[in-house]
Amino acid sequence: MGMTLTEKILARASGRSHVVPGENIWVNADLLMTHDVCGPGTIGVFKREFGADAKVWDPEKVVLIPDHYIFTSDARANRNLDILREFAKEQGIKYFYDITDLTNFKANPDYKGVCHIALAQEGHTRPGEVLFGTDSHTCNAGAFGEFATGIGNTDAAFVMGTGKLLLKVPATMRFTFVGEMPPYLLAKDLILQVIGDIGVAGATYRALEIDGETITAMTMEERMTLCNMAIEAGGKNGIIPPDETTFAYVRERTDKPFDPLYPDKDASYYCHKIYDVSKLEPLVAKPHSPDNRATVREVEGTPIDRVYIGSCTGGKTEDFIHAAQLLKGQKVKVPTYLVPATQKVYDDLFTQKIDGMTLAEIFTAAGCIEPAAPSCAACLGGPKDTFGRMNQAEVCVSTTNRNFPGRMGSKEAQIYLASPFTAAASAITGKITDPREFF
Amino acid sequence: MPKTIRGPVFVVDDNIDTDQIIPAEYLTLVPSNPEEYEKLGSYALIGLPDRYGKFVEPGQTKTKYPIVIAGENFGCGSSREHAPIALGASGVEAVVAQSYARIFFRNCAATGELYPWECETRIYPEFNTGDIATIDFDQNLLINETTGKTYPLRPLGEIRPVIEAGGLFAYARQTGMIPNRA
Ligand code: SF4
Repeated sequence: MGMTLTEKILARASGRSHVVPGENIWVNADLLMTHDVCGPGTIGVFKREFGADAKVWDPEKVVLIPDHYIFTSDARANRNLDILREFAKEQGIKYFYDITDLTNFKANPDYKGVCHIALAQEGHTRPGEVLFGTDSHTCNAGAFGEFATGIGNTDAAFVMGTGKLLLKVPATMRFTFVGEMPPYLLAKDLILQVIGDIGVAGATYRALEIDGETITAMTMEERMTLCNMAIEAGGKNGIIPPDETTFAYVRERTDKPFDPLYPDKDASYYCHKIYDVSKLEPLVAKPHSPDNRATVREVEGTPIDRVYIGSCTGGKTEDFIHAAQLLKGQKVKVPTYLVPATQKVYDDLFTQKIDGMTLAEIFTAAGCIEPAAPSCAACLGGPKDTFGRMNQAEVCVSTTNRNFPGRMGSKEAQIYLASPFTAAASAITGKITDPREFF
Repeated sequence: MPKTIRGPVFVVDDNIDTDQIIPAEYLTLVPSNPEEYEKLGSYALIGLPDRYGKFVEPGQTKTKYPIVIAGENFGCGSSREHAPIALGASGVEAVVAQSYARIFFRNCAATGELYPWECETRIYPEFNTGDIATIDFDQNLLINETTGKTYPLRPLGEIRPVIEAGGLFAYARQTGMIPNRA
């Protein structure tokens, strides 16, 4: 019996020729990522359990990325950055993307921003590997054909000390997309479709394998959007079989060798759904759940108070390009917040052009708020002084990934999750608007 | 002595996510620091809509509800271990839900903070916050003493010894998966 891509990677990483769903196996990690919110706790457990002088299993395989609570005066948040800094020094951690000058992020060449996008941009996401991260959106890296999943502090401390983790092999659900993407659709619409179909618990304990000709034609950033939100369906991981697009992206960013794996033709799947993308429509997830799907047309005209474009899901360079395509020559009617995921994305806003105008010029001309320093910002609310945080009972169209009560701050706020196209179209009219109005 | 947990229950419904269990603004608290662990407990379930009532009274660090009754997909959302820890630190000993988000369930076992029991059916509409309940570990039963009704629970299986040991590390040492501390 053949294996799915997730099963093949887990089999190799556990030194077995074959694994089946439900088996508990010890898996060797290729990389462990942690950030400023869970890193200090992970380090705390690591020291408590392995001893004050313990060493991490491999200082080149532990990546520390401060990104969540950076630009805040909150004393504890700053203390947490110090804990990471000290640990990195003591352990000789090779990849620590530090920030020391909080007043001007540009003065920190090492600082990257949102961990999942930074991992990809720095060449840490490689086909065939196993990545653990103390963040649920670690599944983002499945776009590169690797097994990537989020874990808690205690599990992460275990990996830090031993390089392995006991995992249950998940069954795989397969989603195949066929047809050519209509110009007004984005990966975000596809994944909102899937989550709406199977529900926020529809993939609990399972892997989502995503493939098909539509995916083959997609860029890496769009593929990341798909895998990023696997967790919003409860999935353990999302994964896309690697191809030339994957290899080109990875080789441009790292010299590290990698050994890709592919699903077997006779693999057995928990289920297989096929979508014809030419029949799909722009979607939103209404408050207060990512599976509360509606077509944009169904909620069109709903008045909104602001638009937020950012996060690991919707704050990548292409997300801003997509927003800019619609915002060019237009004026926004509601405050529009732009939070580039990483410093690289931020720089792209000032160098990437559409018809001779940089993205930043397009946004300024449209009346958007000046792009913020790269970080998670209001995607998860955060301390009260966080940029873009929802502090009142307002309505927001957001390119982020979660809209549970209180996710972006106030419990009374209403968040509509949408693609960058839908977010931009809605910014222009001040109401939820189908992007097809502007195509 | 047969193992049981008994006390008043706190009732919530489906899809209680980690932002409701412990909102992001409290994530700067580091759970492995004992003082901050206590604080996390005092904020447990503070992100719930107000209609649920108070889980931890203002000014207190502990809840009076050792058992939480929930619907489907309890603990969905982020991977933050702060969530089971906040509940455990507040004094919760067990949650009984129809189902759990994967990472939350795993974090319960890894930290040994609380027992994530699963029930076969949708039970939360049959409970009111404040009802007295007993969980019988040997018979895999939940008894609502206030209404007199009894509900079968799915056996905890392989995670019971892990939580009984006190979490992943204690269990790994007990069973020789990692060496004992010198
Ligand atoms: S951008 Fe949002 S979802 Fe992504 S890592 Fe940051 S907080 Fe999490």
